[in-house]
Amino acid sequence: MTISIDTQKTNNESLQPKGWLRYFSFSLDHKVIGIQYLVCGFLFYLIGGTLASAIRIELASPMSDFMPRDVYNQVLTLHGTIMIFLWIVPVVNGAFGNYLIPFYVGARDMAFPRLNAVAFWLIPPSGLMLVASYFVEGAAQAGWTAYPPLSITTPQSGQIIWILSVLLLGGSSIFGGINFIATIIKLRRPGLKLMQLPMYCWAMLGTSLLVVLSTPVLAGTLILLSFDIIAKTGFFNPVLGGNVVVYQHLFWFYSHPAVYIMVLPAFGLVSEILPVHARKPLFGYTTMVFSIMGIVVLGLVVWAHHMFTSGTPPWMRLFFTIATAFIAVPTGIKFFNWVATLWGGKISINSAMLFSCGFIINFVFGGITGVALAQVPFDIHVHDTYFVVAHFHYIVYGGTVFIIFSSIYHWFPKVTGKMLNEKLGILHFIITFIGFNLCFAPQHWLGLNGMPRRVAEYDPQFQLVNQISSLGALLMAISTIPFLINVFLSVRNGKDSGDNPWNALTPEWLTSSPPPVENWEGDAPLVEEPYGYGKQFSEQK
Amino acid sequence: MTTLDSSKEIQKNNSEVNEKHEDFRMFGLITFLIADGMTFAGFFAAYLTYKAVNPLPDGAIYELELPIPTLNTILLLVSSATFHKAGKALLKDKNSDSQRWLFFTAFLGIIFLICQLFEYFHLPFGLTDNLFASTFYALTGFHGLHVTLGTLMILIIAWQSRINGGRVNRQNMFPLEAVELYWHFVDGIWVILFIILYLL
Repeated sequence: MTISIDTQKTNNESLQPKGWLRYFSFSLDHKVIGIQYLVCGFLFYLIGGTLASAIRIELASPMSDFMPRDVYNQVLTLHGTIMIFLWIVPVVNGAFGNYLIPFYVGARDMAFPRLNAVAFWLIPPSGLMLVASYFVEGAAQAGWTAYPPLSITTPQSGQIIWILSVLLLGGSSIFGGINFIATIIKLRRPGLKLMQLPMYCWAMLGTSLLVVLSTPVLAGTLILLSFDIIAKTGFFNPVLGGNVVVYQHLFWFYSHPAVYIMVLPAFGLVSEILPVHARKPLFGYTTMVFSIMGIVVLGLVVWAHHMFTSGTPPWMRLFFTIATAFIAVPTGIKFFNWVATLWGGKISINSAMLFSCGFIINFVFGGITGVALAQVPFDIHVHDTYFVVAHFHYIVYGGTVFIIFSSIYHWFPKVTGKMLNEKLGILHFIITFIGFNLCFAPQHWLGLNGMPRRVAEYDPQFQLVNQISSLGALLMAISTIPFLINVFLSVRNGKDSGDNPWNALTPEWLTSSPPPVENWEGDAPLVEEPYGYGKQFSEQK
Repeated sequence: MTTLDSSKEIQKNNSEVNEKHEDFRMFGLITFLIADGMTFAGFFAAYLTYKAVNPLPDGAIYELELPIPTLNTILLLVSSATFHKAGKALLKDKNSDSQRWLFFTAFLGIIFLICQLFEYFHLPFGLTDNLFASTFYALTGFHGLHVTLGTLMILIIAWQSRINGGRVNRQNMFPLEAVELYWHFVDGIWVILFIILYLL
């Protein structure tokens, strides 16, 4: 069956808002929606970062003197929820996915443009609702995991608003996932084979499969949790005969894949950026594709490694330890491939490249501690300590956020037609890299020595190391200043970039910068070798 | 004519594209139904885990009467068949036949919901009595919500398949096919639910 699209030409330009106004409209253009995701996500990143600063200020001294303990709980809950559901997931999936995927498959828009716009416009209201819950009766206090019975016994209104907000964000995520799967599988330009797609498409396909398979389970779980809170049922309330471990299983069935939802797109983005700036083909394309799909399959069957201290039976511990350790294999393949891509390349040391290399270094650390945490004896020792906090932030900040910045430096010329200032960019990288490692590396030590996470007070012996960590957090906060200055200056009077400043071969650079409304003048180009760097230039000579 | 054509915004945004492309709305719907099915899978997993590891308090009633749910199973299975008939009739351009079958399907859906409510009112336990009761109401209630939405959608497409001015016809089968797929899905979920909740 085919759809006949109306052939009558209407004047599209006059009906849509122009200039910056279109970013506030219900636009169906995938590029506008991508930028909406990015800017909206970045605003929430600033809020979440402010909350993180508040946490680090509080932890600079052993007593809870900066804010009361219950406010501290609200702050850490909001920080976690905002950073995960309103910054990382929407930006690394929604923003870059919407902007790049239609280019990569040679389409003029996403498969379902209206669904796309709906998916974006669910985000600002639910985010504002979440932040506003602080001013109602206090925000949720049970952490981003909302484990019962804690989430049942803490004040209700904040927790209910939290649940509603996460449900809406989950819905947005599912709509986005459906759209990406349909776009990548069905909307490819004729003649473009699956194995010719840029790696980010594969990463988004895998991510979207995880979104579609696991997010609904979280939605169902949170509905049951809200029944427990509002209607006083006993699904997860041990007093009424319920079972808290069932919540943990269902929650981590989503939230472990959620970690891959946060890092797989970053894997895809870094695979786009490295070949361009190293002037070499991506090493091991086929193994990259299979390792992404391997991570998707394994990512769905490792969730109980978050629950080794929840009375998990021995067979379960054995299975989930082995399955988790197995994930190191496809991930390791990807790392060796990236290093091999850089090996012997003509590397340009610019901000995008620096952030990508920073990603590789940080993620290796995060990956190693991840394999360590999969081992039951070690996990029981450091469970719910700062070691877990350090591991997690090495993955999502050192990994994904570094790649988000790298991607902004890489694709800024595409979106605006202007270059970002390289000096400010390198300054941004240096401060971020030092600040990040100063902030989170000491937390490994804190965790190994038994400092529990999510507590406003701690034993005074940890004070010095906590202050070092807080100093790192201060540097991280400062690092956003050169970035913001850079973006504002470059948008206004940056150097013109031309259509393809990096001499890249992936399809999005084969149109003008910024691209026209329907992406291409004429037919979309057929890019059979998105990474054919050495080859193409030797032929040109 | 498609439902897409009815949207002026789509027309505006695709105005430059003078080409035909494959219809992937059904593909999107199937992906969505997989996601929806995972929600049910989560509920079923929770129910089965509770059944295995959480003993109910003494004197809790967890045996269910079978006549009404059996009748409901038959109603839904028949309604799937009548929906199929409606699609066949529309393919032969017999719009009013199709409309009659659709109204009959919606009628069966409504009877299902009435039976479900009747069962709720005559059950010896309430929502918060024990874990079994809560899970029972959550599962059947979530399914009932799906039936309610499905019935409403059937009524809408039945109205839209009228001869004068209706949007659903042989040239535009998608709304009917989409709701039909959804209805079969809800039907299939009920069969699984019936086996797990009532028979096991």
